[in-house]
Amino acid sequence: MSAPGYWREIPQRYNLLASRCGVCGDVDFPPRVMCQKCRRESIGRMERVGLSGRGNIVTYSILHTGMPAFSDQKPYVIAIIETEEGPRLTAQIVDCRHDDVKIGANVKSVFRKVNEDGKEGIISYGYKFTLVKE
Amino acid sequence: MNNASGIVSYGYNVPRYRIRAEEIARVWGADGKRISKGLNVIEKSVPGIDEDTATISVEAARMALKRRGIDGKRVGAIFVGSESHPYAVKPTGTIVGEAICASPEFYCADLEFACKAGTAAMQIVHSMVMSGMIEYGLAIGADTSQAAPGDTLEYTASAGGAAFIFGKEGVIANLNTTASFTTDTPDFWRREGAHYPSHGGRFTGEPAYFKHTQGAARMLMEKIGTTPSDYDYAVFHQPNGKFPLEVGRMLGFEKKQLDTGLLSPLIGNTYSGASPLGLCAILDEAKEGQRIFMTSYGSGAGSDAFDFTVTGEIGKVDRKKTLREMIADCERVDYAIYSKMREKLRRD
Ligand SMILES: [Zn+2]
Repeated sequence: MSAPGYWREIPQRYNLLASRCGVCGDVDFPPRVMCQKCRRESIGRMERVGLSGRGNIVTYSILHTGMPAFSDQKPYVIAIIETEEGPRLTAQIVDCRHDDVKIGANVKSVFRKVNEDGKEGIISYGYKFTLVKE
Repeated sequence: MNNASGIVSYGYNVPRYRIRAEEIARVWGADGKRISKGLNVIEKSVPGIDEDTATISVEAARMALKRRGIDGKRVGAIFVGSESHPYAVKPTGTIVGEAICASPEFYCADLEFACKAGTAAMQIVHSMVMSGMIEYGLAIGADTSQAAPGDTLEYTASAGGAAFIFGKEGVIANLNTTASFTTDTPDFWRREGAHYPSHGGRFTGEPAYFKHTQGAARMLMEKIGTTPSDYDYAVFHQPNGKFPLEVGRMLGFEKKQLDTGLLSPLIGNTYSGASPLGLCAILDEAKEGQRIFMTSYGSGAGSDAFDFTVTGEIGKVDRKKTLREMIADCERVDYAIYSKMREKLRRD
């Protein structure tokens, strides 16, 4: 990813910045400029909200091959997470035994290195998730 | 005018992977039991492939803010001390500032002073709070240090970091006095572009660690007329598990004052994170009125000494989860996995 492209997405990558429709209250991640439901009515009434980073696993997969950025971490877990505010997102689950990853498990976001543009390019940081132990 | 400043909150982060000193010794044909006992280090922390000084700093800073409910916008300064900043040019503090929503109104720079850059950051933000320049300041000491394969440093060079928020309101530990002892001593260094540091072997002990740690510690106690018995806890830089106990004994501290803050037997030398993490372990259990003595050491060389008094506000901090619990929740790796994680395997 180019440096400007990464830079534009920093608020959502670092802080899970989402949008909330001022009309119907729906939360979207990544943030939208217009609500899919309320359309024109929502223009100018979209607010920015940060997701708490708490959620649970809707489903997951253990990957044995995959994107170059993750190849040194394989096998690794990618999950669809439902955040407590509603939006679903896809992210890596780190620092866990694969046996402990279960559908419905509570997770929280952590700040991690997501990609490196070689040894001389920019380092991309962002959210990943870990299991919440009670 | 209220000039008092101190620690309002603290946070920490230690990666969950560990490698045992005996496992490292096995690879290099050394006597692991003897080395482990000699250094008083059982194992050391290892950062995951996706962890670095920036991620450790952000996690520690977020913990510090969250447990006192402080909005990142109120943080007016961020100074990160490390010898393993992810970029040679581009400050770690800018990443932390964005990740805690302090941007864009904050003072910021990265610091480097081997293992004492984190305590230098504490002195800077403390001064800025005292002067009234800022309401809250964030000081971080964090590292993911590398050691050359087979070097004695490899048994200890580890990863971790601590973050402290300084302010005038809601102080949990008043910073009463601080003192620094600095000289030009080439005991340990790394030139620009070099992947691993060089060091002066035994020269790192007597004229370096012991001289500077004692120098700063004595300077501070003379300045305010205290003796080791005035303190409930003491924490020193811990390049291994042996030096801090020795320097404590030389200064007249008892082992029971040092035990709480001594983490290196379990996680190794977290460099800029070392004495700050020890302070976190002390704050995890300290009570109102208790007094804490801390002295860092950074090669090159210098030491920063601090005198803190714990206040009643400590009771308002959520301390259900402790640093020692985070450290205990770990996963051991062997030397092969460790080599991959620390990018020691040549692939080109
Ligand atoms: Zn809507």
